[in-house]
Amino acid sequence: MSEIPHVEVRGLTVTARNTAGEIFPIVSDIDFALKRGEVLALIGESGSGKTTIALTLLGHARPGARIAGGSIRVGDVDLTTLDRSALAQLRGNRIAYIAQSAAAAFNPSRTIMEQVIEPALIHDLMPRSEAEAKAVELFRGLALPFPDLIGSRYPHQLSGGQLQRLMAAMALITDPELVILDEPTTALDVTTQIEVLRAFKAVVLERGATAIYVSHDLAVVAQMADQIVVLSQGRIQEAGAAAQILHAPADDYTKTLMAAARPAIRPAPVKADLPAAPLLEIKGLTAGYGKIDKEGRPRIPVLRDINLTIERGATLGVIGESGSGKSTIARVIAGLLPPASGQVLLDGEPLPPGLKGRSREQFRRVQLVFQNADTALNPAHSVGRILARPLAFYHGLKGNAAHLRVLELLDLIRLPATLIDRPIGGLSGGQKQRINLARALAADPQLILCDEVTSALDTVVGAAILELMAELRRELGIATMFISHDISTVRAICDDILVLYAGTMVETGPRAAFGTAPFHPYTDLLIGSVPEMRAGWLEESHAGAAPPPIGAAGDHPDLCRFLPRCAARVDGLCNTTPPPRHLLAKGSRILCHHGDESLIPS
Amino acid sequence: MIASALKRAKALPLSGKVGLALVIFWLLIALVGPMLAPYPIGAFVAYDVFDGQSADHWLGSDYLGRDVLSRLLSGARYTVGLAAAAALLASSTGTALALTAAVGGAKVDEPLSRFMDMLISIPSKIFSLVLVAAFGSSLGLLLLIAAFTYVPGNYRIARALAVNLAQMDYVQVAKVRGEGRFHIAIAEILPNMIHPLLADFGLRFVFIVLLLSGLSFLGLGVQPPDADLGSLVRENISGLGEGALAILAPAVAIATLTVGVNLLIDALPGQGKGR
Repeated sequence: MSEIPHVEVRGLTVTARNTAGEIFPIVSDIDFALKRGEVLALIGESGSGKTTIALTLLGHARPGARIAGGSIRVGDVDLTTLDRSALAQLRGNRIAYIAQSAAAAFNPSRTIMEQVIEPALIHDLMPRSEAEAKAVELFRGLALPFPDLIGSRYPHQLSGGQLQRLMAAMALITDPELVILDEPTTALDVTTQIEVLRAFKAVVLERGATAIYVSHDLAVVAQMADQIVVLSQGRIQEAGAAAQILHAPADDYTKTLMAAARPAIRPAPVKADLPAAPLLEIKGLTAGYGKIDKEGRPRIPVLRDINLTIERGATLGVIGESGSGKSTIARVIAGLLPPASGQVLLDGEPLPPGLKGRSREQFRRVQLVFQNADTALNPAHSVGRILARPLAFYHGLKGNAAHLRVLELLDLIRLPATLIDRPIGGLSGGQKQRINLARALAADPQLILCDEVTSALDTVVGAAILELMAELRRELGIATMFISHDISTVRAICDDILVLYAGTMVETGPRAAFGTAPFHPYTDLLIGSVPEMRAGWLEESHAGAAPPPIGAAGDHPDLCRFLPRCAARVDGLCNTTPPPRHLLAKGSRILCHHGDESLIPS
Repeated sequence: MIASALKRAKALPLSGKVGLALVIFWLLIALVGPMLAPYPIGAFVAYDVFDGQSADHWLGSDYLGRDVLSRLLSGARYTVGLAAAAALLASSTGTALALTAAVGGAKVDEPLSRFMDMLISIPSKIFSLVLVAAFGSSLGLLLLIAAFTYVPGNYRIARALAVNLAQMDYVQVAKVRGEGRFHIAIAEILPNMIHPLLADFGLRFVFIVLLLSGLSFLGLGVQPPDADLGSLVRENISGLGEGALAILAPAVAIATLTVGVNLLIDALPGQGKGR
C-alpha cells in the first residue's frame, strides 16, 4: 500500500441559497484524507454539515446547494471535475452509499435480491447468476438469517436491523473502493444496533473497503473509526486519530459532546414528608387492540399484567425496545387507549378508562409530553397561543394574567420572552421540545408522562433538556414517568426503573438495583448492548450472542416472552412452564426461572 | 387593519399581486359595473350584429346588435356574486360536515360519508333541470343548486384532510388535555387545512361559473335580458367562426377572473412554503 491517501478532500466548501436568495456556506474549508482500508468518522450535531460532506463524496449536493470550492479526490479522480454521466458511472459502483433509514430506501414492491444485485447489473459488472451468488455470500458475511432464501423476501417481511444489513450488502455488491455510511444505526434499538455494527465491522475489515461513517454517536464511532473529524456548524472543530479524540480531546466542543454522551448520575432528591399513598398506581393492567375475549385479553395484546406505582415527586423510568409497549402505558394512563382489564388509580381514586367521564381536574393532573415536538405542537399556532391554551382551559386565566404566566413559563424553560409571537415552524428542535414541556407545565400537573422526549434531539440538546427536567422536578416536585429506550439515561435520572419486554414487566426495582449484577437476561442484554466509548468494546461484548439451542416452546400464553432470544434459557423448563415473579437479593423483582445464583454475572 | 392588509399584499409574490389586482378589479366591476354601462342591458343599439370595435361600441355588438361592453359590465355581477356566494356556501358546508365527520368518529363519519357518496352520484345538470322545472328559475334557487352540487366534492377533500390531521400528535395532545370536539375541530384541525381548502375553493368557483353558464345556455340560468359571463359566451357562440369580439370579450373576462382567483389563492402564504 502506498502512503498516498486514497481519499483526499481539500478546502471543500458547499454553499446554499436561502429563501431571500442570499448565498451562504453550509460547510467550509473541510480538509481530510484517509488511506485505503481506513474508516473515517464524521461526527457532529444535526445541522453541523456532516451529511452534506458525506454526499459531496458522491459528487452530489442537495437541491439548492452546490459544491462551491475545493477538491474531492477518490483514487485517481477529482469528483468536482466530473460531469453527470461520469459521476453516474462512479456511484453505486466505485462509491457506495448506505442511508440512515433502510426501511425507506427499499422499494416495497420488489424482492430483496432484485434490489441488492441491481447496482452490479446497472454497471454491467457481472452476470446475474454471479451477482446472486455474491449476494448470498454477503448475506452470510452479514450474519443474516437464511442467507440462501432471504433474497426472495420482500422488504416488509424483514426487520429494520435486517434491512439495514441488506442495504450494506447492496452497497458492497460492486466491491466499492469507498463506502459512505450515513447514520446507519441511529434508527435502530441498541440490541439491534450491536448486531448491525458487528456485521458492518466484519464486512468492512474483510473487504478492506475505505469507509466514511457519519454519526452523532461518539460511542458507536469509537467501535468503527480509525480517524474522527468533529464538526460544528459546517467547520472542523477537531480532527485526529480515534484514540486521541476519544481519550484526550483538545477542543472544548468535543469535550461538550463527550460529556453529553455520558449522562451524569443525579442524586435522588430527598423525599419530603408527603402522604404515603402513591400518586399513581396501576393494577393488573392489560391493554391492546381488537376485540376483548372473556378472560379480558384483547385480540392483539400490547401490555400484559402491568403493576406499578409512582410516588409523589418521584421519577419512574420505563425502558424497552421499540414495540415493547412502553408508549402504550402512557397512552393508557392518559386515557387515549382504554385498557382491556385492570385499573389506573390516581391518588387512590380509579380513573375512568377512556377520555370519556374524566373530569377536567383529572385531565389537568396528568399531562402527556409526546416524543416528537415537531408533530406535537400545532404548526398553525404561535408559541404564546400554545402555552396560553392550557392556562385558559384549566385555570381560567385570560388577558394580562395569562400573558404574564406565559412569560413566566418561558423563563422557566430558559427561552427568551421574544419567542412569544413566533410561529412554531421558526423554532429549533430543542426549543420546540422545551415548549412541548412548558405546555405540560402550564397545567400545573402532578404527573408528567414523558414519552422519549430526548430521542429525536441531538445529544447536547437532549442533555440540556434532561438537565432542565431535573431542575423543574426539584423546584416543582412533579412526578415523572420517563419512557426511553436508552438505559444509560434512565439509570442516570430515575428513582425506579421498569424494564418492559413485549408488553410484560421483566424486571422492576429501584435505581440502585440496576447498578449491579445479576440482571434479568433481557436487562443484561440491554445494558450490554450500550456501546462504550472505547475501541475494542464491540469485540469484547458478549451481548447478542446466539442463545443455546432449545426444544419447541409449548403453547401456554404465559410462557416467558423473551424465550426466543434468551441467552440463559433452560430446555424443558423455560419452554414448558410460565416463569415466576420473584425478588432478587439486590432489590429488584424479575420474571424469570433463574434466581440470584443461576443468573449470568455480568 | 387596512395597513396590515397592505403590508400582506406587499409581501405577496408577483403572481399573487397580479391575482390580487385581477380579483379586486372584478369585485369593483361587480359592484359598480351596471352604473358604468353606456347603454341599457337589453337595448338594440348597433346597426349590425357581431360588429367589431368602434368608438360607440368599445367591444362591438353581439348576435342581436346589443352593446357587448354594457352587457359585460352588467353581467359580471351575476358571475362574480353568484359563483362566489355559491362556492363559499358549498365550501363552508362541506368543510363543516367534514370536520364533524373527522372528530365525530365512525358513527358519524360512516353515514355522512355514504350520504355524500350518494349525492355525488346525482348528475348535476339533470338535478338542476328538475329543480328549475319544479320551482322556476330564480337567483336564490340557482345559488342553492350550485352550492348543493359542489358540497359533496368539497366534503370529500376536506374530510380526507381532516381525518389525517385528526391523527396528528397535537390533536392527541388536545384530546388528552380534555378539550371538546368543537375546540379540536375549529382550533386544532381547521387552521392546518385552510390552504388546501382555499385551493379547492378556487376550483369550485371555476366549476360553478361553468355550471351556471351551462344552465344559462339551456335557458334555465340567469334569465334574459340579463346574462352572466357564461351565457354571454354561449349566446354569441355563432360568432366564433368570425372571431367576433362579442365572444372573445366575455371569454377573456371569465379567464381573467378565474385565473386571478387561483393565482391569488396559490400565492397565499401556506404551510410547507417559505419556512
